[in-house]
Amino acid sequence: MDLTNIYASLPADLVATFSMVLVALVALALVVWDAFRNNAPGIPWAGVVALGVAIVWELFALGDAPGTAWYGMVRTGGFAAFVNIVVLIGALLSIILSVPYLREIRHAHGEVYAIILFATVGMMLLGTANNLVAVFVGLETMSISLYILTGLVREDEGATESALKYFLLGAFSTGFFLYGIALLYGATGTMDLARMSEGLAAGENLVMFWAGVGLLLVGFLFKVSAAPFHMWTPDVYQGAPTTLTAYMSTATKAATFASLILVLYAALPPERWTMVLAVIAVLTMVVGNVLAIAQQNVKRMLAYSSIAHAGYVLVGLAAGTPAGYAGALFYLLVYSIMNIGAFGVMALLEWDGKEGQTQTLNSLAGIGPRKPLLGATMVVFMFALVGFPPLGGFWGKVAVFAPAVEAGLTWLVIVGVLASAVSAYYYLRVLYVFWMRSPEDEPEAAAVQDRVFAVPVTSAAVLIVCVVLLLYFGVRPGGILETTASFFAGPGASMALLP
Amino acid sequence: MEITLNWYLSLSAVLFVIGVLGVLMRRNAIVILMSVELMLNAVNLTLVALSQAMGDVAGQILVFFVMAVAAAEAAIGLAIIIALFRKKVTVDVNEFHLFKY
Amino acid sequence: MLTDFVPLFLMMALALGLALSLLKLHQLLGPKRPNLIKTAAYESGMDPIGTARERYSVKFYLVAMIFIVFDVEVVFLYPWAVSFRDFLAADAGLGVMMVVSFFILVLGIGLLYDIKKGGLEFE
Repeated sequence: MDLTNIYASLPADLVATFSMVLVALVALALVVWDAFRNNAPGIPWAGVVALGVAIVWELFALGDAPGTAWYGMVRTGGFAAFVNIVVLIGALLSIILSVPYLREIRHAHGEVYAIILFATVGMMLLGTANNLVAVFVGLETMSISLYILTGLVREDEGATESALKYFLLGAFSTGFFLYGIALLYGATGTMDLARMSEGLAAGENLVMFWAGVGLLLVGFLFKVSAAPFHMWTPDVYQGAPTTLTAYMSTATKAATFASLILVLYAALPPERWTMVLAVIAVLTMVVGNVLAIAQQNVKRMLAYSSIAHAGYVLVGLAAGTPAGYAGALFYLLVYSIMNIGAFGVMALLEWDGKEGQTQTLNSLAGIGPRKPLLGATMVVFMFALVGFPPLGGFWGKVAVFAPAVEAGLTWLVIVGVLASAVSAYYYLRVLYVFWMRSPEDEPEAAAVQDRVFAVPVTSAAVLIVCVVLLLYFGVRPGGILETTASFFAGPGASMALLP
Repeated sequence: MEITLNWYLSLSAVLFVIGVLGVLMRRNAIVILMSVELMLNAVNLTLVALSQAMGDVAGQILVFFVMAVAAAEAAIGLAIIIALFRKKVTVDVNEFHLFKY
Repeated sequence: MLTDFVPLFLMMALALGLALSLLKLHQLLGPKRPNLIKTAAYESGMDPIGTARERYSVKFYLVAMIFIVFDVEVVFLYPWAVSFRDFLAADAGLGVMMVVSFFILVLGIGLLYDIKKGGLEFE
């Protein structure tokens, strides 16, 4: 290998992946800061500033043509910028929500924010990876950070138990994922996603190839909590601190789905995926929505609902068309905003912080009139999660369902719409209990409601920003949909044919 | 008899399956962790064998990352298990069932 | 098309069968003639004194964990050192030093954090 001028592209690469580098460096700086000034109050806000700068940087990169950096390891350009923006927004909003929440549960360690930033770097690497090595490193950076965040409240048995479950099952799925990578590598002779299909054409290891793809899919579907690999999700989401659940349930899904889209779109021969993904989408939507109905705990209900939403995104992927992938990206953005909002409201409604694990919906009876801001924003989030126009959730569902109809998967879309109709029951029941019941109806509500802590200004601002964004996506979805579609269309379109 | 690539692939497949069975059948959290490590190392064997057979270095590079990740995972896993042991004084995964319907 | 998969299924069945049978065979085939000396913990050593289940400080685990992580990270330095001369020959010595210095710096930050948080203090 010629090593002359091997570092010539270094400055350009640093600029192309500036946001990822920035977040990583700030995360390291926060570790040093926390080592010298234990739990300094400025730590989360330094993280927020870094994430904000990174978001602005990526906004300017949205229109860029696709390319690669770091010797073909990482993808740059519009698609990468969009994925990074979704992940960064998720991290930003979650950190702001976490500051008062973690203080309330007495776990406002400075490391938490450094670990959130490390997980964010992992997600950005995963979502933009152009090489299976980078996919693996990104996925594991993300997962290991999330195991720690899940078990953050280590005096609490439930949190530690859910961390152990998440860790054991996550490591188990990593094994399958890695075996899939190894078999794909053996079948195609390359780790580079863009060269994979041509490598396959040259070789004749079809059996190895499909076995590898299957194992890889198992790993991906586990991380996005699609049925039948969803078992860990409710336990982990219920046990983890609520604002960190908000982060885990949104940014993780966005990054993993983005990586899955890249693998499906750039690396694999098309057309055979439809049936497999469609069946998994049906399973996921049915399991998520049906089991959510029975839940008394709102966090657990939202966990099942996040499984259902993974199913909706899979409908877009099952379509297998550029429009389907573009719709899935848009859906991930909308889903992140509305889910962070819903978990944010729940975090502010926990009486002493840790009761998210056991708190029942009925104990929240009549909370709407008492906490009008939380009640009102929850109305928006719940209607958006159902998919009511004119909120973002509606256009998100249209964006994934319409391409599926065009691809001839009408039956799948019918299941999806029926599942959404079922979901209306449990989402709207939250609103019914919030607004239509009064604490006097529910003995368990009257006893605890006086302990609600005040809503901090920053958290209120996050909730209002989420509401505004959802209204904006609902009223003017066109621009963003066109942007996501442009990643898969036009002259530089075929990302598989990158230099 | 010549040792071909298929021998390595078969050996690592067997090791991988032993790891999977270990995870599924054992109930001790630490043994499950060891089984996961066995799975990862079985994959490492596959990667190195394929890399050698194809004369391509990418597989061996991934092996380095897998080793580093396995170490990090072991550290985190043991930390979580110790934290839980302090609470429950057992590492039997059948005893962990706080969250149910 | 489906016949292509037959070798795969065969291999999976073979792997599963072999793994299961190996787990069971050693129980079935191995002769079991225990006696007092054989069941001792150290067959040709000192008799163990007391219980092995004694509690010892969790600090041991902490040090072990820190050791594992730093120990394994060094695998990245090995290929670097092996190919260092090639980089020098290609006049890329400065770049390769910068890159590895950053790697060491990151590890150093981890170590600094450990020391500051008291992870290496033994009582």
